[in-house]
Amino acid sequence: MATSTSRTAMPTQRSESSRFLDKGFVWLTGAFAIGVGFVLLAIAFRVGTDSLPAIQKFGLGFLATTRWSVNDEVFGALTQIYGTLVTSFMALLIAVPIGIGVALFLSEDYLPPRIKQPIVFLIELLAAIPSVVYGLWGIFVLIPLLRPFGIWLNGNFGWIPLFSTAPSGPGIYAAGIILSIMILPIIAAISRDALVAVPTEIRQAAYGLGATRWETIFQVILPAAFSGIVGGIMLALGRAMGETMAVTMVIGNSNSINLSILSQGSTVSSLLANQFAEAGGLQVSSLMYAALILFGLTLVVNVLAELIVRRFSLKL
Amino acid sequence: MAFSLSATCWRFSVPAIALTLGLAACTPQTPPAAPGASTSSGGSSSPVAAGGGATISISGAGATAPNPLYQRWFQEYNKQKPTVQISYDSVGSGAGVKRFLDQTVDFGASDAVLKPDERSKLPADRGTAIQVPTTGVFVVFAYNLDGVDNLKLSREAFCGITDGSIKTWNDPKIVKDNAGVTLPNEPITFVHRSDGSGTTDIFTKHLVKACPNWKAGAGKTIEWSTGTGAKGNEGVSANIQQTKGAIGYTEFSYAKQTQLKTATLQNKTGTFVAPTPEAAAKALVGVEVPADYAVKVPDPTQADAYPIVSLTWVLLYEQPKDPAKAKEIADFLRWALKDGKQYATELGYLPLPDELATKVAATLDTIKVAAK
Repeated sequence: MATSTSRTAMPTQRSESSRFLDKGFVWLTGAFAIGVGFVLLAIAFRVGTDSLPAIQKFGLGFLATTRWSVNDEVFGALTQIYGTLVTSFMALLIAVPIGIGVALFLSEDYLPPRIKQPIVFLIELLAAIPSVVYGLWGIFVLIPLLRPFGIWLNGNFGWIPLFSTAPSGPGIYAAGIILSIMILPIIAAISRDALVAVPTEIRQAAYGLGATRWETIFQVILPAAFSGIVGGIMLALGRAMGETMAVTMVIGNSNSINLSILSQGSTVSSLLANQFAEAGGLQVSSLMYAALILFGLTLVVNVLAELIVRRFSLKL
Repeated sequence: MAFSLSATCWRFSVPAIALTLGLAACTPQTPPAAPGASTSSGGSSSPVAAGGGATISISGAGATAPNPLYQRWFQEYNKQKPTVQISYDSVGSGAGVKRFLDQTVDFGASDAVLKPDERSKLPADRGTAIQVPTTGVFVVFAYNLDGVDNLKLSREAFCGITDGSIKTWNDPKIVKDNAGVTLPNEPITFVHRSDGSGTTDIFTKHLVKACPNWKAGAGKTIEWSTGTGAKGNEGVSANIQQTKGAIGYTEFSYAKQTQLKTATLQNKTGTFVAPTPEAAAKALVGVEVPADYAVKVPDPTQADAYPIVSLTWVLLYEQPKDPAKAKEIADFLRWALKDGKQYATELGYLPLPDELATKVAATLDTIKVAAK
C-alpha cells in the first residue's frame, strides 16, 4: 500500500515540472518558428513600402521598360528580369542533369563507401566557397577558357539567335556556367539524401519483380524521391536567382537585352550590388521595386514547385 | 573496431586536407583585386599602439581612385604616430558622399565636388561640409592590344570609341594616327564602371567638353550606350587585363600597378600628350582656385597638358561629433600635404602645389577640434 501511494505520488510530482518544461519548450520553439516567418514578412513589408514612390510613378510599365537612367530619372527593370531568368534557367539546365546524375551515382553502390564518403564531402564543400571567390575565379580562369569556345560558336553557328553576337569576355554564358557550378552541390546533396531515404524494401521489391538496375532507378526510385529532388531544385533555383557577387563580376553589366547568350547582360541582384550604395531618392525606390519583383519571382517559383510536388509525387 | 577507425580516419582525412587547402585559398575581401598586388587589400593594416596613449580608430570611405595613395599614407603615418589607426573603405565616390552625409564615417572622400543639394543634407549641428583637396588624379585610357605599344588616339577616335561608333581596332580614324603599327581587325571592347564613380564623373565631364556627339551627359552613373561594366577601378583594370582588345578608363595608379598600356590622347590644343604625372600636373598650373576648392579643369587649355585631370577631395565636418578624432584627421592631412608628397609622386599621383597646400592647412584650422 505504501509503495502504491508513493508510486502514484511520484508521477504527479514529476509530471508537474516536466509538463511545465514541455509547455515551455513548445512555446519557445513555436515563438522561433513564428519569429522566422515574421522576419520574412517584415523584410517584404519594408521593401514594399520603400518601393511605393517608384510603383506610383512607373506602375507596371517598370516591368516592360529597359531604360535605366539616373540623370533623367527614368527607370525600368526589364533587362534585369530577363537576365535573372535567363541565367537561372541556364544554370538549372546544366546543373539539374549533372546534379541528379551525381546523386544517383553516389546513392547506388557503384563505389565502396570508403571512396564514396570523401567524394560526397568534397561536393558539399563546393557550396562552402564564397561567392566572391567564384567571381574572381570566373574573371581570371573561366572566362579566358570559355572565350575561344564562344568565338568558335559565334563563328560557326552565328545564324542561331542564341549565338549571334561575338563574346567579349564577360557575358550571360559565363554567369550561367558559374551559377550552375554554384548550385550543383545543393542539387546533388539534397537529391542524394532524397534517393538514399527511399526505403530499401521498395528497391528490393522492384528487383524481386525482375526489374533491371536502370528500370528500378527510373521507374521506381526517382519517382519515390521526386518531392525531395524537386525541393532541392527549387532551393537551388532560389540561390541562382539571388546570387550577387559572382554574377556581378562576370556578367558584364550592360543594360541591353539580347537573345544571344554570348552577349552581356544584367540581373536584378547585380543591379542592386552596383548601384545601391550610392543611390538616392527615386533611384533607391526603383531599386527596391526591382527587389520586390525578385521577391515575387521567387514566390511564384516556390508555389509552382509545391504544386508540382503535390501533383506528381508518389505517395509512399 | 580497428576497421571502422581506419575507415573513419580515411573518410575524414581526405576531405579535411581538401577543406584546409580550400579554406587557405579563400579570400575574405570583397572588391576584385588586380594581380599587381596592391596594398589596398589590407584596409587598416597598421600595428596596434606600442604603448603610451589610447589607440584612436578613424574610419573613412569614398573614392577608389586615390585609394592606393591613401592606404600608403595611412601606413606611413602610422609609423610616425602608432596610436592613430585610420581605415578606409574604397566603395566609390557616390557611396562615400552618402556615408559622409549619413554620418556613418569620420571622413568621406570623393572625386567629385559636393553638389548644393548634397550639402543641404548635412544637419545643421555638424556645421558646413568642409571639402579639401588632397592630391590630383588623372584618368588614363588603358588598353590591351598585342604588338601595339604606343597607341595614339585623336579626339575623334577617342570620342568614337566611347560612344560606340568606332567598333573595330583597324577603323581608319584610329589607323591614321598610328602609322607603322598594324592594328588588327578585332572588335573593340570598351570597359566602363558599373557602380557610381567619381572617376566616371571626371571622365564624362571631359567627354562633354571634348566630344560634340556625346549625348549621355556627365555624372557618377550614366547610361553607357556600349561596353562592359566592371565594379571599381580594380574591376576595370582586371577586365582590361583579361580581355584582348579591351580599352577602358581608369585612374593612372591602377593602370601602373597592373602594368597596362595607356593611350596617348589629344588635348584641346591638338597636341598628342602621353599620360604621365608631369603632363597631368601641367593641367593644374595657373588654374583659379575657388573658395570651396572646387577646381574644374574638364578640358585644359595649356599646351602640353594631359586632358583628363582632376583633384580629389576629402570631406570633413566643420563641427564634428568627436573633436578628438577630427583633430587627428586634421593633423594627418597636414602631414600628408607636406611629408606625404613623396609617396604621391612615387605612386603616380599629383602632389598639390605649395600655395594650395598652405591654403588647405588654413582651412583645416577652421574645424572645431577643441572639445567643448
